[in-house]
Amino acid sequence: MSAASPVIERGTAASRIAGIGVVAIVLLLALAPQFLSAGAVDRMTALFVYVILAAMWNALAGFGGLVSVGQQVFFGLGAYFAIRLANAGLDPFVALFVSAVIVGAVSWPISLFMLRLKNGEFAIGMWVIAALTHLLVNLDRLIQGETGTSLISLNVYDASTRRLTIYWLALASMIALLAILFGLLRGSTGAAIRAIRDNEDAAASVGVRVIGTKRLLFVLAAFGIGVAGALWLATAITFQPKTYFNVQWTAYMIFMVLVGGIGTFEGAILGALLFFLIETWFGGTGVWYLIGLGATALVFSLLLPRGLWGTLEERFGWRLLSVGYRVRLPTSVADPTGETISPAPATAHREKA
Amino acid sequence: MNATPNGAILSAAGIHKRFGALVVLEDIDFAMGAEEAVGIVGPNGAGKTTLLSVLSGAYPPSAGTIAFKGDDVTALPATQRCRLGLVRTHQVPKPFGGMTAFENVFVAASHGAGLGRDEAYEEALGSLKLCGMLSVANRRAETLGLLDRKRLELARALAAKPTLLLLDEIGGGLTDGEAGELVETIRELRRRGIGIVWIEHIVHVLLQVAERLICMDAGKIIADGEPQAVMADPQVISAYLGGGPK
Repeated sequence: MSAASPVIERGTAASRIAGIGVVAIVLLLALAPQFLSAGAVDRMTALFVYVILAAMWNALAGFGGLVSVGQQVFFGLGAYFAIRLANAGLDPFVALFVSAVIVGAVSWPISLFMLRLKNGEFAIGMWVIAALTHLLVNLDRLIQGETGTSLISLNVYDASTRRLTIYWLALASMIALLAILFGLLRGSTGAAIRAIRDNEDAAASVGVRVIGTKRLLFVLAAFGIGVAGALWLATAITFQPKTYFNVQWTAYMIFMVLVGGIGTFEGAILGALLFFLIETWFGGTGVWYLIGLGATALVFSLLLPRGLWGTLEERFGWRLLSVGYRVRLPTSVADPTGETISPAPATAHREKA
Repeated sequence: MNATPNGAILSAAGIHKRFGALVVLEDIDFAMGAEEAVGIVGPNGAGKTTLLSVLSGAYPPSAGTIAFKGDDVTALPATQRCRLGLVRTHQVPKPFGGMTAFENVFVAASHGAGLGRDEAYEEALGSLKLCGMLSVANRRAETLGLLDRKRLELARALAAKPTLLLLDEIGGGLTDGEAGELVETIRELRRRGIGIVWIEHIVHVLLQVAERLICMDAGKIIADGEPQAVMADPQVISAYLGGGPK
């Protein structure tokens, strides 16, 4: 192999520009509260939470093949543990993140038996876990059943400080979690995760540690969704179990990921943004809003099963935050039609479609 | 048995495999040397693929032990056996459909062979090249035709750097020219010192590589030895043509 040997490309010119774009957007978002109304700051915080939720569900289902309809369990637990920790005297802002770590820790034993289940069984099994956890949390006297409680200790901060702190915490959490996910999915573990999604037996047969890799992804997703739940609690202050352990959270995650483009890193972010806009514009229309969401999801799954970004990626070859690998061949071997031609010495009489 | 378990790279003793009441493998004893090329033939349902699955660790035997490189690997799952150098391909190709051909092979190089990034790139590209797949390296595996999927099976297994390769009907449906290329590829692997176990129905292709032939029927090894002698064995002829009682 010499100068004419193939080269592995990770990014494109577009993805390098996207990298600069990401930095610019992050800087803009960090400074944005200066220019935004209080209500808008709260809405942006919600957007960051949605992005975290979508990215985590996408990592789990789109990259790892672990479709769960019970991820609200980690959202609820993120909020619940934050309440508990704050009640025990921990600073409420610190409690948000300690809580997420506990959620991650709790997800580990859950993974021991849940990851033995496959496909639909796993999906519904997670929902059962969520429902059971909801009931258990209701038994906590601090929570007072469905009456709920509040993150009272947050009230020591004045409203404006609180709002800005939560905004920046949410922004920083989103960026950190996206960076961790991107790093993981782009590395060789990410390739193993996608291999497990596509064929678990084959993955094992080429040396992939199937269970360990799935567990890593499961725990990371639980941690991320725990962060989201804790942040949501910080903005809402009140904690009612049925609001947090509601399956609607997972329904939103699924919506965002399916519309945005399952299995693409960009898709989840795009889906969260779309969901946010739809909610902002139509959220006040009650039942029609939900009907609209359902209809949109249906249209997408029928007409654009790869979602918005997946379709764009396929049609135009767009790759901005790509985790994939591209082989660039020396021109003598490359065939623009994509048909098979063999660089092997043997034969010209090959007929292959 | 030809090879003694002492000098054997892979040996299996007293292997039984039952699925419920169905006995698929019955008292299989098998051993082979490090650089041997062993062909396995037998009628459909003889248990050839099941034997390969048990050897590779896809599922455990109901009874019996398997040793690889002198260690008992009976309890080791496929992942670990692959990392030790015992790698299989699948009769029905099992590509990672949503990943490109290169990514398929890269997974094996980085996890199966345990290589770092740059070495894994090189190994993956080398395997694709050897199997004539460089030109489709960027195609998603689900868009590949059956022939390329079979090649991908081989390329992916190779990228895991096997010392012993278990091949399951990778030659089915090939034209003569394609079969010739495949034989060349396998010979190249042998030159690299990789041991081969190859299940194949197309006997004349198999015999261009195999120096030893095993014939299975109804879950048992009915003949084992020099290929021409095995093909001439009355039991083998009867297994293929039917007739005599077993």
